[in-house]
Amino acid sequence: MKNDIILAGVGGQGILSIAAAIGLAAVNSNMYIKQAEVHGMSQRGGDVQSHLRISDKPIASDLIPAGKADMIISVEPMEGLRYLPFLGENGWLVTNITPFNNIPDYPEADALMAKIKEVKNHIAIDADALAKEAGSSRASNIVMLGAASLFLDIPFEKIEEGIRQLFGRKGDEIVELNLKALRMGREFSEKNR
Amino acid sequence: MSNNKLLLLGDEAIAQGAIDGGLSGVYAYPGTPSTEIMEYVQGSKQAAELNIHRQWSANEKTAMEAAIGMSYAGKRAMVCFKHVGLNVAADAFINASITGVNGGLIVVSADDPSMHSSQNEQDSRFYGKFSMIPILEPANQQEAYDMAYFGFELSERLNVPVLLRITTRLAHSRSGVQRKTIKPQNELRLPSDPRQFVLLPSIARKNYKKLLVSQTAMELEAEKSAFNELIEGTDKSMGIITTGIAYNYLIENYPEHKCPYPVLKIGQYPIPRKQVEELYNSCDKLLILEEGYPIVEEMLKGYLNVGKPILGRLDGTLPRDGELNPNIVAKALGMEVVEGQPVPDVVKNRPPSLCQGCGHRDVYADLNEALKEYGTGRVFSDIGCYTLGALPPFNAINSCVDMGASITMAKGAADAGLVPAVAVIGDSTFTHSGMTGLLDAVIENSPITVIISDNSTTGMTGGQHSSATGRIVDICKGIGVHPDHIRVVTPLRKNHEENVKIIKEELAYNGVSVIIPQRECIQTFARRKKAEKKQANK
Repeated sequence: MKNDIILAGVGGQGILSIAAAIGLAAVNSNMYIKQAEVHGMSQRGGDVQSHLRISDKPIASDLIPAGKADMIISVEPMEGLRYLPFLGENGWLVTNITPFNNIPDYPEADALMAKIKEVKNHIAIDADALAKEAGSSRASNIVMLGAASLFLDIPFEKIEEGIRQLFGRKGDEIVELNLKALRMGREFSEKNR
Repeated sequence: MSNNKLLLLGDEAIAQGAIDGGLSGVYAYPGTPSTEIMEYVQGSKQAAELNIHRQWSANEKTAMEAAIGMSYAGKRAMVCFKHVGLNVAADAFINASITGVNGGLIVVSADDPSMHSSQNEQDSRFYGKFSMIPILEPANQQEAYDMAYFGFELSERLNVPVLLRITTRLAHSRSGVQRKTIKPQNELRLPSDPRQFVLLPSIARKNYKKLLVSQTAMELEAEKSAFNELIEGTDKSMGIITTGIAYNYLIENYPEHKCPYPVLKIGQYPIPRKQVEELYNSCDKLLILEEGYPIVEEMLKGYLNVGKPILGRLDGTLPRDGELNPNIVAKALGMEVVEGQPVPDVVKNRPPSLCQGCGHRDVYADLNEALKEYGTGRVFSDIGCYTLGALPPFNAINSCVDMGASITMAKGAADAGLVPAVAVIGDSTFTHSGMTGLLDAVIENSPITVIISDNSTTGMTGGQHSSATGRIVDICKGIGVHPDHIRVVTPLRKNHEENVKIIKEELAYNGVSVIIPQRECIQTFARRKKAEKKQANK
């Protein structure tokens, strides 16, 4: 098996936490992993992406070839569309619909939704609202991880374990909040796939 | 992948490899994509217990020289920076190949093909060749670890520094790394030849001859190196040479990673002549895949290009510039690339920008206002977060050439008659290489206004220690700027009118003025407050 995932968002939105959680889950499942990410100047409010590859066989390239990604996970609606050339024919676009608007010409919500709906396999989720319901809007990236988890070849328990590892130092309350956010995202995908 | 592996960035793998390989000190100046090497050593419990030196240096040259000093004392040292940092350190770097080493010395230069965060995409391998020392170039995180680990031995065996060249993609990509047994640090030990490090011409000539003679030994090392591998292939219509990470992009295109062509995978330079000849003689043509400049390609092609075809970046088989990836390599192999859907028109560019609430924003608002009567085109800038002032909505600066160039360029423009001329420089960049330029301006009393936008950190690379914090006013006084024309202001919206007035006064002054807007970087401020809150709750 292999899962080639593009994680998309804006610098500071927490896509590296999603990558870290999947990474931990993959390592705990004895899988190979490569994860390329963006640092430095681009992080200052610019678009950022991470190429995350997990497989049961050794992985060659740190970058995913065009047209071969199994999934794009985007923490805001426009950034997911930016990486469509990477998405394989049967790949999934899993995207948050709450925009991160820090540019003067940010597109209209309807125009973005129309394009998202054109993607054959897509999940469009209001992760910010669900995260708030779970207890903190800061957990919206974990809602996205939950929504994406349905399409990963990693057992859900391993992802939960990854969350516990990732947030363990911050105390039980934070761990539980994030687990709740994770499950809510997962549930949304189960209902809306 | 087994669980006892560490999941590390390429940068972190270099750091851990060096620590396990007997490192006594690392010297560096932050620069993307090299920054995480030093940060990893600083955060390492093991490094703390081993008392490894791990403070940031004022610039790459001081870092390089300190590392040479540690090597002189017999201990293993590493120095790290980005490719353009090697330019700053070049004087010491080139001469280090003439002094040779005592303790092992690894120079890490992180190149940035495609200029993700840089002003050029120069290839550090040229410097390695120029300096006539071995170069190590990892293809993956494990090799990054292994090369840092073995690099010290290689350096000590050949009595020269070793250049470890990495590129952005590997520096910032994470994978599993298997560690080796930890080596003890070297004992303090003076060089056996007391004149080895004295580069007086008579001694330098002798050392240089030694360096030339040892070229053969370096080539033999490369020929027997485990980092250089000739991999068999059945289709001899073409042979492929890859260097560093390019190998990964090649085999990504084949099922089970089995390439039908013979491949020479190079990880250690000088390029291994024996293996190159073997490949050349057995194949009809060669394809060269290398990240960065066409260095290997040019060497093999020679001036007249006689003999079998050699394909690569020079003949257009691959693009002449930019980073490689699996698709570019697939096209060079004649394979079809199937992309997903195109990017919809609705997607707009999202360039980086100054953070909301950043003090540099207020500095540019003040400066633009103060300069209105003089018109645009007279603000020289430097490299840092504040370089983003070149973009809308500020459009406030007109240059960004290299570290420290703002003050000296403003001086040159003033010499030409462009008065007033303004320089904008950050606090970290000022101590990196702005101070000497300010001295030039003071000596000639050049009519320039220098704005040292002081956020008390090295902001662009994530908030590392800045040597200037708390010292800028004293440094400027010491350099000889008249105290009446050193003006400290607080860049806040409520001070806008007052700050504009101060800038206008100094623009009108016919000599060197320094204005220091001081407000902590909001990123480090937020982090500090969070840490303090955590401490208070304990």
